[in-house]
Amino acid sequence: MASLITCPHCGTRPKEEFSIRGAAAPKRPSPTAKDETWHAYVYVRDNPKGRYKEYWHHVAGCRRFLVVERDNLTHEVFGVTDASEFKRAGAAE
Amino acid sequence: MRYSAYSIFKEALSGNRMWKPAWREPQPKPHYDVIIVGGGGHGLATAYYLAKEFGITNVAVLEKGYLGSGNVGRNTTIIRSNYLLEGNNPFYEFSLKLWEGLERDFNYNAMVSQRGMLNLFHSDGQRDHYARKGNGMRLHGVDAELLDREQVRRKAPYLNFDHARFPIMGALYQKRAGTVRHDAVAWGYGRGADAHGVDLIQHCEVTGIRRENGLVVGVETTRGFIGCNKLALAAAGNTTTVGRMADLELPIETHVLQAFVSEGLKPVVDHVITYGAGHFYISQSDKGGLVFGAEIDFYSSYAQRGNLQTVEHTMEEGVSLIPGLSRAKVLRSWGGVMDMSMDGSPIIDRTPIDNLYLNCGWCYGGFKATPASGFCFAHLIAKNETHHVSRFMRLDRFERGYTIDEAGRGPQPNLH
Repeated sequence: MASLITCPHCGTRPKEEFSIRGAAAPKRPSPTAKDETWHAYVYVRDNPKGRYKEYWHHVAGCRRFLVVERDNLTHEVFGVTDASEFKRAGAAE
Repeated sequence: MRYSAYSIFKEALSGNRMWKPAWREPQPKPHYDVIIVGGGGHGLATAYYLAKEFGITNVAVLEKGYLGSGNVGRNTTIIRSNYLLEGNNPFYEFSLKLWEGLERDFNYNAMVSQRGMLNLFHSDGQRDHYARKGNGMRLHGVDAELLDREQVRRKAPYLNFDHARFPIMGALYQKRAGTVRHDAVAWGYGRGADAHGVDLIQHCEVTGIRRENGLVVGVETTRGFIGCNKLALAAAGNTTTVGRMADLELPIETHVLQAFVSEGLKPVVDHVITYGAGHFYISQSDKGGLVFGAEIDFYSSYAQRGNLQTVEHTMEEGVSLIPGLSRAKVLRSWGGVMDMSMDGSPIIDRTPIDNLYLNCGWCYGGFKATPASGFCFAHLIAKNETHHVSRFMRLDRFERGYTIDEAGRGPQPNLH
């Protein structure tokens, strides 16, 4: 049900402590990127059914941004990482 | 068969044995002029108006489940046209006017009940905002009244007027707003479309969109290939899934919204009431159940069920507004998947593929829009040009910088 989220800093905590920002997949383009690139980043969403990565903000805990990977059909949670690690892993790809 | 008092009388005398099914169950033909994907409220309304208003009857509606198994049967049944923005208000008012004549139009009892809607406000700032919205509505020729606290108390004495944090200061009142029996909307439109010769094909899931030379030629389905001249998508929460088959890039994120109904109670809530301090809304069905809901679950979800946290939050809001609600028992709760758009407003438009038409992005406000959505979408499909009340609801508005952001919350779908 994604009712409990295991924060890498705070341990297992109830969903109520988190605020959800949205899709983690879009990568912020450079400020000088073309309008089309910015449009895609701001507005276009893959919106897949199944495995999904989302930014969650632990507002009532460590206040870190986290990336929660879930199945958005079964609500199963696969893993939670700190957003800085997620970004570093993305940069290494 | 036309329904009337006479037909009920006649059937009663013959033991009610002569009633026929409200629509046929046809086998799909190899080819149609128009195929509509999605047998929900909007898809069925589109088929109905295509046939009735625009004379296009060689139409199929493909539905992967049964008719009305999606959001048209899962909402809280509210109709209203209390919108502020120019891109929205005339459209929703057109819809409300269609609701007002709908039952006569499609000869089906949809239990349209214009019981009035109260949008409560709880602060000076919120009163100013609602006054502005009411003035905007009146400028568009739509009824709106700003009620003070005592006027609201006379209408709904059971509300928590002296809440310590959110006292009720008044309400924006739209008298013509109300509720409609939601399933009957799907059935009425379905029956009406069928009577005009539209094929309603249930349990037929679209699995692919076949294209040749840049145009759609038909759809692959679980019941085989079906050809078409024009393809229209009205797939709500599954819009992205279907749109991907035609490589559409969409500003849509799918979220789950829950709704609740209590056990049957004696008449108490005479209006539709929204709580300005939260996002709670409530009305009472003719069976007596209190029908209510609040926000979406905030995370992306394709599951037609929600999270307990949102259940708890909804109940807290409800009891905060109506303390007596704590004594009522919840009978059922359910969820529907919403096509949340990036500005909270819908899309009725052509796509980069010439004979593919798109109707989506209804967020959780699609039910009240059903008649106008169907009418405008049918207009677009039949004439290949936008109906004037839906002219702002373009797919490319995000790119051009003309979003219709009624809530003023920016490009974040879970906040609309």
